[in-house]
Amino acid sequence: MLDRQFEALVAAASEPDVPGGDDAAVESSSPDRQTSGVESSSPDGQTDGITFDGLRVVRTAAGFDFETPETTASGLDRAELRDHAADSPYVTNWYFWEWAVQAHDSPRRAFCRKLEGASDHTHDVPARYDALSDGLVTEWGQLRIEARLGDHGSRVYEVRHVADADADAAALDSHDDPLDARQIAKTDETGRYRPLKTAPSLARGWLFDDLDWRGVAQTVESFYPATVANWYREQRGELDVDHWRDTVTRMTGIYGVVRTWDRGEGYEHVNWVAEACCDDSQCLKRREWQYDDETDLDVDGGDGQFPCREPCSVVVTAARKWTRLEGEQPQTYEFELTPSEKEQLEAVIDAVADDRTDEIREADVDDGANRYRARFLRAKLFDDEGNLAGVPTNADD
Amino acid sequence: MSQALVLVAHGSHLNPDSSTPTYEHADTIRATGAFEEVATGFWKEEPSLREVLRTVDSDEVYVVPLFISEGYFTEQVIPRELRLDGWDVEDWDSDGISADVATYEAADTGQTVHYCGPAGTHRSMTDVIVRRAETVTDDPSVGDGFGLAVVGHGTERNENSAKAIQYHADRVRERDRFEEVRDLYMDEDPEVDDLTDYFETEDVILVPLFVADGYHTEEDIPEDVGLTDDYREGYDVPATVDGHRVWYAGAVGTEPLLADVAVERAADAGADVGSAVTEVRESTQIAGTEADD
Repeated sequence: MLDRQFEALVAAASEPDVPGGDDAAVESSSPDRQTSGVESSSPDGQTDGITFDGLRVVRTAAGFDFETPETTASGLDRAELRDHAADSPYVTNWYFWEWAVQAHDSPRRAFCRKLEGASDHTHDVPARYDALSDGLVTEWGQLRIEARLGDHGSRVYEVRHVADADADAAALDSHDDPLDARQIAKTDETGRYRPLKTAPSLARGWLFDDLDWRGVAQTVESFYPATVANWYREQRGELDVDHWRDTVTRMTGIYGVVRTWDRGEGYEHVNWVAEACCDDSQCLKRREWQYDDETDLDVDGGDGQFPCREPCSVVVTAARKWTRLEGEQPQTYEFELTPSEKEQLEAVIDAVADDRTDEIREADVDDGANRYRARFLRAKLFDDEGNLAGVPTNADD
Repeated sequence: MSQALVLVAHGSHLNPDSSTPTYEHADTIRATGAFEEVATGFWKEEPSLREVLRTVDSDEVYVVPLFISEGYFTEQVIPRELRLDGWDVEDWDSDGISADVATYEAADTGQTVHYCGPAGTHRSMTDVIVRRAETVTDDPSVGDGFGLAVVGHGTERNENSAKAIQYHADRVRERDRFEEVRDLYMDEDPEVDDLTDYFETEDVILVPLFVADGYHTEEDIPEDVGLTDDYREGYDVPATVDGHRVWYAGAVGTEPLLADVAVERAADAGADVGSAVTEVRESTQIAGTEADD
C-alpha cells in the first residue's frame, strides 16, 4: 500500500471532517468527492466512512473501525489502522475503484467491473486478486479481454482476437492507442471492407497489451461501438428496444418505403430479414428487437453477449431493396432441368449465402458450387442474353 | 461539468474511406484536450446516430454535423435519430446558411445536447477551402494568376445546397486573393462540366465541397471535368484540360483544418474550448503558412 493510498483511506473514512484537517491535501487531490460514497455524516460525529466490496472503514469518536470478511477491529489509531490496511487487498481494491476510477454511473466502469467478476460477485476480493494474478479472461464477440493485477492494486488489460488466445505476443502487432482498433476493424482478413462492425469477420494478428480501464473500454467500443453502453442498459433493465415496426415507421426519405412492406398480413418477411442478416453467422449482436412489442419473430435472436436494440442501417438498407423486389408479382416460368441441375442451383445459392465460395477447391467438381460446375451449367443453359434455359425474364422480351 | 464533442457524419456501407476524415478530425480535436470526450457517429456506420450519445458519459454534449449544407440530414435525420426532444428547425432561426445552435435534452440519455449547424456553412469553412487550395498546389501563398472553383453538389430540391457554396465563393472572392472565383455545381447551372468556360486564368484550382471522398469526388467530377476519361486510370494534378491547368483538390472535408470548424461550431454554441482553436489551426497548417483570418 502506498502512502497516498493510506492517506486516501483515512480521508474517505473521515469524510466529511477532512477539510482543514491533516488530510486536506489528500482530499484536494480527489477528483470528485461526491462519487466516493462518503459525503454525509451523522449528528454524533460518526461518518458514513467506506463501504465497498467487503471493506468497511469508518472514523468514530473512538478512532477508526476497520472491517473485512476476515477481520474486525475498532477504536484504531492511525498507526493501527495502517497496520491493518497495509497488506489488505480490500484497501487497494477500494482505492482503485473508488478513488482512482470513480465514474460510478459510467457503463465503462461497470464493464471493467464485469471483467473481473465484481459486478455479479463471482469473486470476493481475495479470490478476485488471485484470479487477476493469473489473468481473468472475458470473451466479448471476437475479442479476448484479459484483466490482470497491476502495481499496488491497479488493473492492466490486454485485448486480442479470440482466435489468437494462444499466440505468442511477440508474433502479434502490438498497439497502445485504443483508437487503432478503428483501423483494424475496418477490413477483414482479406482486406474487404466491413460495413458491420459486429460481423464475425474481425481480422486477427494484433494485440493491445497494456491498457488501463479507460483504454480497455475505449478499445472494446472502437471494435464494437456502443456494445458496452447497451450491455450496461440491459443489465439495469433499461435497454430501449425499438422493434421492426417502430424502426421502419420512423424512416423517411428513400427508406420511408420500407414501411409499405408491412401489409398487415403477418411478419414472415421480417423473419426472412432476421434469418438473412441477424443470424449469429452474420452478426454477433443478440437480436432483441421483434416485429413489434406484441409479436415476436420466429427465428432465434442469437447468443451474443451484447444486445441489438433495433434494426441497424445495414438491415434497413437491405430491407429497402427487398421492399422493392418483393413488390413484384410471381410469374410461372417453365424450365427443364435435370435433377442434378436443380440441386446444383440450390448448392450455388447455399454456397453464396454461407460465404463458402472461397473454400471450394478449384478441382472439386463434386461440389455443385464449384466454379467449373457453375461455368458448365452457364454454358449449357444460358442463352446469349444470359437467360436461364433461354426463357426471357419478361414475357414481352 | 464535463463536456463532450460528437462529430456526426454520413458514413458508407460501401466505401471504407468515407469515415476516415471524421475520425481524423476527431483525433485532432481530441489531442487538444478541450473536451473530456470526443466521439464520432454515423448514419451508415457505427456507432449509429441512434446510439452515439450513449457512448459518452458527459452531461453536456456538443453535436457538430459534418455536412456541407442545411437540409434533409441536418434538419430531419440527425435530430430524429439523436432523439432531440422538441426539435424544431425553426429553433435554428436560419436563413438557410446561418444555423448556429439549438439546445435540447436527448430523450434516451437525458444529456443536454447542443445541436450545432453543419460544418459546411460555418464562416471558418472559407479558410478550409483556401487551405485546400494551398495544399493541392503545395504553395502557402497561392493566389496570383490562379482561378478558384468552389464546386458543390447542388440540387433543385434544396436551395440551401447551393447557398452554402455561393456563400463561401463570395467570401473567398472578397479576399481578393485569387484572380477569379466561381461557384459551380454538379446538378444545376452553372455546371462543373463546363469548368474551363468560366475561367480566363490558365491555372484553375477546383475544390469540391464534400465531406469525404467517394463516388462524386473520385469518379463523377474527374470525368465530368475531363481530368480523365476513366477515373480508374487516375489523373494528374495539375491536369491539362482545354489549355488550362486544373488542380483538382479532392474533397474539402479531408483537409485537416476542418477540425477547426468543428471546434468553432462548439465554441459558438457555448463550449469552453480554451485554446483549442489556436492549437488546431497551428497543428493543421501546411509548412510555411500562417493561420488564415
